[in-house]
Amino acid sequence: MNLRPDPTFHATPKLAMEAPPETLAFTLMLSPDGSEPDGLAVVDVDPNSKTYSQIVHKLIMPNKGDEFHHFGWNACSSALSPLTGHAFLERRYLIVPGIRSSRIYVIDVKEPLKAKIHKIIEPEEVFAKTGYSRPHTIHCGPEGIYVSTLGGGGADGTDGPPGIFIMDCETFDILGRYEMDRGEQDKHYDFWWNLPRDYMVSSEWGLPPQFENGIVAEDLLSNKYGHKIHFWNLRERRNVQTIDLGENHQMALEIRPAHDPSKDYGFCGVVVDTTNLQGAIFTWWQKDDGTFEAKKTITIDPRPEKAENLPPLLQGFEAVPPLVTDIDLSLDDKYLYVACWGQGEMHQYDVSDPMNPKLTGKVELGGIARGAKHPNGKGFAYGPQMVEISRDGKRVYWTNSLYSTWDDQFYPDDAGGQMVMANVGENGGLELDKDFYVEFPKGYRSHQIRLEGGDCSTDSFCYPSV
Amino acid sequence: MGWPLAVSAALMDKNRNSLLKALIALAAGHLLAMAAILFPFTALLFLVEWQREIQIGAACLVIGLGVYLLFNRRHPRFLARVPPSRLALWSFLAAMAHGAGLMLVPIYLGICQTIETNSGHAAASDLMTGHAQIAVAVALAHTLAMTVSGGSLAFGVYHWLGLRFLSKSWFNLDLVWALSLILVGLISLLFVH
Repeated sequence: MNLRPDPTFHATPKLAMEAPPETLAFTLMLSPDGSEPDGLAVVDVDPNSKTYSQIVHKLIMPNKGDEFHHFGWNACSSALSPLTGHAFLERRYLIVPGIRSSRIYVIDVKEPLKAKIHKIIEPEEVFAKTGYSRPHTIHCGPEGIYVSTLGGGGADGTDGPPGIFIMDCETFDILGRYEMDRGEQDKHYDFWWNLPRDYMVSSEWGLPPQFENGIVAEDLLSNKYGHKIHFWNLRERRNVQTIDLGENHQMALEIRPAHDPSKDYGFCGVVVDTTNLQGAIFTWWQKDDGTFEAKKTITIDPRPEKAENLPPLLQGFEAVPPLVTDIDLSLDDKYLYVACWGQGEMHQYDVSDPMNPKLTGKVELGGIARGAKHPNGKGFAYGPQMVEISRDGKRVYWTNSLYSTWDDQFYPDDAGGQMVMANVGENGGLELDKDFYVEFPKGYRSHQIRLEGGDCSTDSFCYPSV
Repeated sequence: MGWPLAVSAALMDKNRNSLLKALIALAAGHLLAMAAILFPFTALLFLVEWQREIQIGAACLVIGLGVYLLFNRRHPRFLARVPPSRLALWSFLAAMAHGAGLMLVPIYLGICQTIETNSGHAAASDLMTGHAQIAVAVALAHTLAMTVSGGSLAFGVYHWLGLRFLSKSWFNLDLVWALSLILVGLISLLFVH
């Protein structure tokens, strides 16, 4: 507990953008075959530092086979909520779940270069207290730390639907399930909210048997992955509306609401449209009567390719689908970044008008049957995946791994983990920085990035920018 | 208490009137919390011969809550379950959880006693009416003070200071608040005779 609010908590997105730029990034390292323990890499992102673009500290876990994926903070700007009165928490701990093991690590990064494990929550405790498994997305909010899961109970995670559970933000005890009425929600992936408007939005990937051993092509072609987004009354913990994006819109993943809470819209990325292999972005919004609507506002076409250049999974299609696996919205709600992991592209859209996004920038790097090189001449395994934007919106960081077993299916010949950064032009545009290129230790892949002091996919703001 | 809610309401609605409306809702909730605590004691005061014990009991209650809040410095999570649209309810619960009403009890009982000593032996019913009026006055005075101070802060932040002031000026007063509850309890114990 602090005497004053943590200086990294900001009342509005605009104030967060004016805060000092990040000097360190935290990036997850995963051992794809579970032969080594996963870890957390601390990366120097301060261009004035001698160790710029280097991993300056590694914290390796005591267990193997966790498969780190997403992670988040114990507290963020949502602590300044006038309703909750948690303003004196510290942004100090990273909550890192293993989606394969269901183990959760609480890591103390008060001194980032001496990051240490504060607490380990064993899988059995997660199962016993929640009936869920495979914890995934972390958000700090009104009642503490919210954790979404991908699996229900049982060995294969299909005994009951997956959902969200809540952890205490000070003791890190698991408090129990979030949902009181889940409606028709039976799969899970991401979630986020608008705190003053008191709603939450959640999305769907698939159930554990559909992803743990690789993508199941038959399930995809018969549209059995998730294709719905759910709207919840946040504090009543009730699903109030489900929107089906259409069963061909397979895998509705990242939910990105506008950061400014006075705006009543957001975005959701769809990995692949099974009718034409397009990737898509939907814009969803709240109407005056309080109900929600969603409309497809961006489509990205597949690229034709000879079968012999493609992995076996895609040979029948003779095309490379974009595979929209991650999206991220800058704090001024102006630019939406869309990772096309299949084609090896990072797109930048001006979404000032959320119903009419305009493509304003594009970077090619890696990619199936393309393997575009970094400007420094080095290679980039797989394609652009987990993307994170600096608070001021001037730098965009990304890594390359999607999920261990899926990486191997789509890129059977690739290996390795990299993290790169692109600079954003004054009036949009995106250009890779040739001096920033982080190679991960041999045998490790890289996944989500968190920036010191908060970034564009962690902090929820309670006051509109003025 | 709760003035940032008024700022937030006005900014969300892009309307200054929302700030006033929010302040009124917050004041109403607070007043209700004061009344809910003070009136039972008004009723208790009917037991004139037990007055001393009631005063000691009330002082001990306030001290007890202060000590509890001193050691249990975690914020009441149930407040996070109140929807942002129910400001009066939030204000009521927040005042209850912090013991704002309870803190007034020793002061209120003190005032009642002073007046009683002066007025000699009035009829019991007159005393009751008098006590109720004092309770209303104490609750109103307290709510008014809170609303004026919180309201000026809310107006100041909304019009001139900006939201940066919010995180710069917000102090953790939990400890001070817990100690002041204990202090009020102790002082009233000293003045019981």
